[in-house]
Amino acid sequence: MQKLYLLVPLAPLLGALIAGLLGRFIGPVWSHRATIALVFVSLLASVVIFFDVLEGNTYNGSVYTWLVTGDTRFEIGFLIDQLSSTMMVVVSLVSLMVHIYTIGYMHDDPGYQRFFSYISLFTFSMMMLVMSNNFLQLFFGWEAVGLVSYLLIGFWYTRPTAIYANLKAFLVNRVGDFGFLLGIALVLMYFGTLDYSTVFVQAPNKTDEMIEVIPGISWLVITLICILLFVGAMGKSAQFPLHVWLPDSMEGPTPISALIHAATMVTAGIFMVARMSPLFELSETALSVILIVGGITTLFMALVAVVQNDIKRVVAYSTLSQLGYMTVALGASAYSAAIFHLMTHAFFKAVLFLGAGSVIIAMHHEQNMQKMGGLKNYMPITYWTMFIAALASAGVPGFSGFFSKDAIIEAVHFADIPGTGFAYFCVLVTVFVTALYTFRLIFLTFHGQTRMDAHTKEHLHESPWVVTMPLIVLAIPTIAAGWFIGSIVFGDYFNSAIHVLPQHNAIQKLGAEFNGIGEMMLHALSTAPFWLSMAGIFTAWYLYTVRTDIPGKVKAYFGSVYNILDRKYYIDELYSWLFAGGSRALGTTLWKYGDIKVIDGFFVNGTARVVTLTATIVRHFQTGYIYHYAFTMIVGIFVILTLWLY
Amino acid sequence: MSFEFPLLSLIIWLPIVFGIAVFVTGDDRNAHLARWISLVGSVLGLLVALPLYTGFDSTTSTMQFVESHIWFERFNVNYHIGVDGISMPLILLNCFITPLVIGAGWEVIKERVSQYMGAFLVMSGIVNGVFASLDAMLFYVFWEASLIPMFLIIGIWGGPNRVYAAIKFFLYTLLGSLLMLIAFIYLYQTSGGSFAIQDYHQLAIPLIPQILIFVAFLLAFAVKVPMWPVHTWLPDAHVEAPTGGSVVLAAILLKLGGYGFLRFSLPIAPDASHFLADMMIALSLIAVVYIGLIALMQVDMKKLIAYSSVAHMGFVTLGFFLFNSYGLEGAMVQMISHGFISGAMFLCVGILYDRLHSRQIADYGGVVNKMPTFAAFFMLFAMANAGLPGTSGFVGEFMVIMGSIKANFWYAFLAATTLIFGAAYTLWMYKRVVFGAVTNSGVEGLEDISKREFALLAILAISVLWIGVYPYPLTDVMHATIDHLLIHVNNSKL
Repeated sequence: MQKLYLLVPLAPLLGALIAGLLGRFIGPVWSHRATIALVFVSLLASVVIFFDVLEGNTYNGSVYTWLVTGDTRFEIGFLIDQLSSTMMVVVSLVSLMVHIYTIGYMHDDPGYQRFFSYISLFTFSMMMLVMSNNFLQLFFGWEAVGLVSYLLIGFWYTRPTAIYANLKAFLVNRVGDFGFLLGIALVLMYFGTLDYSTVFVQAPNKTDEMIEVIPGISWLVITLICILLFVGAMGKSAQFPLHVWLPDSMEGPTPISALIHAATMVTAGIFMVARMSPLFELSETALSVILIVGGITTLFMALVAVVQNDIKRVVAYSTLSQLGYMTVALGASAYSAAIFHLMTHAFFKAVLFLGAGSVIIAMHHEQNMQKMGGLKNYMPITYWTMFIAALASAGVPGFSGFFSKDAIIEAVHFADIPGTGFAYFCVLVTVFVTALYTFRLIFLTFHGQTRMDAHTKEHLHESPWVVTMPLIVLAIPTIAAGWFIGSIVFGDYFNSAIHVLPQHNAIQKLGAEFNGIGEMMLHALSTAPFWLSMAGIFTAWYLYTVRTDIPGKVKAYFGSVYNILDRKYYIDELYSWLFAGGSRALGTTLWKYGDIKVIDGFFVNGTARVVTLTATIVRHFQTGYIYHYAFTMIVGIFVILTLWLY
Repeated sequence: MSFEFPLLSLIIWLPIVFGIAVFVTGDDRNAHLARWISLVGSVLGLLVALPLYTGFDSTTSTMQFVESHIWFERFNVNYHIGVDGISMPLILLNCFITPLVIGAGWEVIKERVSQYMGAFLVMSGIVNGVFASLDAMLFYVFWEASLIPMFLIIGIWGGPNRVYAAIKFFLYTLLGSLLMLIAFIYLYQTSGGSFAIQDYHQLAIPLIPQILIFVAFLLAFAVKVPMWPVHTWLPDAHVEAPTGGSVVLAAILLKLGGYGFLRFSLPIAPDASHFLADMMIALSLIAVVYIGLIALMQVDMKKLIAYSSVAHMGFVTLGFFLFNSYGLEGAMVQMISHGFISGAMFLCVGILYDRLHSRQIADYGGVVNKMPTFAAFFMLFAMANAGLPGTSGFVGEFMVIMGSIKANFWYAFLAATTLIFGAAYTLWMYKRVVFGAVTNSGVEGLEDISKREFALLAILAISVLWIGVYPYPLTDVMHATIDHLLIHVNNSKL
């Protein structure tokens, strides 16, 4: 088994090396064959491991010693349990589908091999992240997926917007990582190790240790650690206020928007908090922070999605909002529900993104939905798969998203820590908003009149099989993944991988009421989320197929509100003025005044000037003219004689 | 003691002998011969240094490969050399960088080739001498001697403002080291006429003289590192120096300062070190934050990398004064890693400069379109410079941050800002130089790297990744020495 564990990350790494270093020699076809075959190997291994774990064979061991300093060993190693094996299957499955899809999407791109190399490298990094058994390797994978994300957002490097977006993504993520690294440092300081299992075992004994970060104010060490770690999660999982990079990341090619910026990488933060549940459970303050941050992200990002016209941006804001749902679940100690939603979201959001990509190819890279319309007759497979994903996203009973989202909403309802009320309000209202923007996308794109130019319309056709096949494959779990809620969320599926304190037992209470998925769906018909979701779909249908004149009027009437949403609450403007502008101004000031004026101007050249000045004065005594010396000597003799005589 | 092969002497003198042989080839008619002799000499220099690693006993902190001969009997000056876990990796780094520098100047330097190449070989030997010296006088001679080749390299093969830069470099460093000489004379008196550095370690000195000694050493070493605020010579020197000069300056000569702290300041004046630790940490953190911000605004690539060097060396001095193993070993790793990364970064800029004769960021843009292979290497080194895990740049910074949080949360907080600033200044430069559409006819005419340049960058890339993925072998040789140093420094001499 241990060799199989190694195979999971190393196979895609090999693929990345083949496509990246040899791609030029073996050509595009062999590059995609090699990477796809190796990711498939990784998927097979993951599935084998998954079933092995189901039989109770978990593993925690090291591969090699990275570093030893003092009495601390830093190891690279694997922790294989229900949580990591689930993630491994999700990651390798979505990754494989995206690899296949890429053949169609990128077929005439000059960077074809490079693209395959990057997405395989991503798969390797993500596997290292989820399989890690220690904080160091977690950080390693964490930054490595950030690197690949950076490379892929800027994949089309001649586009100014793309290279702006990738720099922004990297830097915003670095702000998160800054907190994350400090959190890790505190873990090392208080626990003396970065190994998960040791830290988790010791954690309950550290609940009364305090730290004085600001003199006079003591904090619980655990709380500070958890909040700092969560700052990392906020960066990677794009939670408010570090969410600004994700919408811009849509500058990258669509396959990676699906793989990295929807299904896998952005969920790393959610995964991390779930993995750290034995720590987070010990700090109610941290959980409250998570609840509130998640709540804000859920509602406010969903609202932005309603006014976007770029099809990818709608899906991007939807991703932000869905990540908010997962974060809220974490805050409510419903870790299993968060991971379950992570899983269902990975499938339905991958379909939405890949479907959007399929539409974009058909539209000759036009992304504005106002110029689409009526596509359902031209692209039936894309339409139906996206429709299914939209139903899942809107939480219609029976589809995967319904089960996971309902579990989250109910768990927040049952939770009992500060911030729950606010979070519950946010997740509930967002159900309506989600249904509205998702079906707005569907109706604007696929229904109604065709609004594209004649040339585009003439060439409209369904995408090739390499594009539609992944859509169909992913549509299956988009429907069915939710049916396993009984064992995954309410059962003992996660077993010891997730730790919940008895007083945070919202999920347990829910589980007690759970009597199979049929009853859960029936019960939902009498609850608010179902009717909110129906109302959202109806509103979208009414506004975008029946009375298409209303949206324009609403926009005109609520101009200022529309502007705020359209400008995304002016957060980008604020950040670029405050942080980018601020550090540039500070840098210039320090340079021009600190280094050039004070240090060089005053001290260095000042010293030189004093030396020069002294020398200039003293120089007059050494003119080199014999008569000056003679004259000085005569004066000297006179003075001495005078002194001697008197 | 049985006769042992004088390996260390060979490592010091072999490059110097080859350097003189290169000088002898004379004017540029024999340039080809001069290049080949230099390459052979530098590679041999690296090969003879390898047994230093393979034969090194990492379980002991005592000096190894020791040689001792009387030099000036009257003043008790000895030719006393040896290495421990601190100096050995630095000697290897130096021997490793020398062939790369010879390779970097291969076709680029066309005038006074023999003198250029010879100067680097001689400097390589001298620097080995600095790291290996166990006698204060011998150390001082090598230390000052190392200034001369670099002064000439900047002054002869440098840019338009080379004379100003060379003199600034020379005066800055010379002023610092004069005080060091005074400290040596004081120690010679106190120790009853010994120049043995290890004797100084055992001297019980009261606090006030310790502080004076510390300050005298500080000026010498802080200028070399360079620490804020005596760093302003470095950007000037780098900008004017030829590529090879910049590589050696950043990769090797700055390490002399760091090494000095470990060999002299900490063990000779441990109480003063503790007494002044807060000041040293403050200066180091200023280097990280203040210099990071300044680097952001540079318009000249070499200046940017020079400033980034100052910020990264801030981690080295920060690590020293935390007095724990994370900090000290992290600082050592950071020195080695910075040798690779800054060397590689200056090589990359040199490669661009050789083609367009400009270091201004604004003169580039869209280089990736014309030089994809170069862009890939440059990306790797830029990420290493930004401290990405998996590259050597991460290891040292990670360890120092882990060490600094033990001392004070805010030390770690300020140090960790490098995660943001380091990425910001490096990747912003990368974006403006490499990414984007081709901006001008100069860039349009660029050719991708040659086989020679590929080889140089590939060797550095492998080193950077190796230390990042598996730093164990590097830190393993340091443990015993660093542990011993820590115990020594944490014991008061008062």
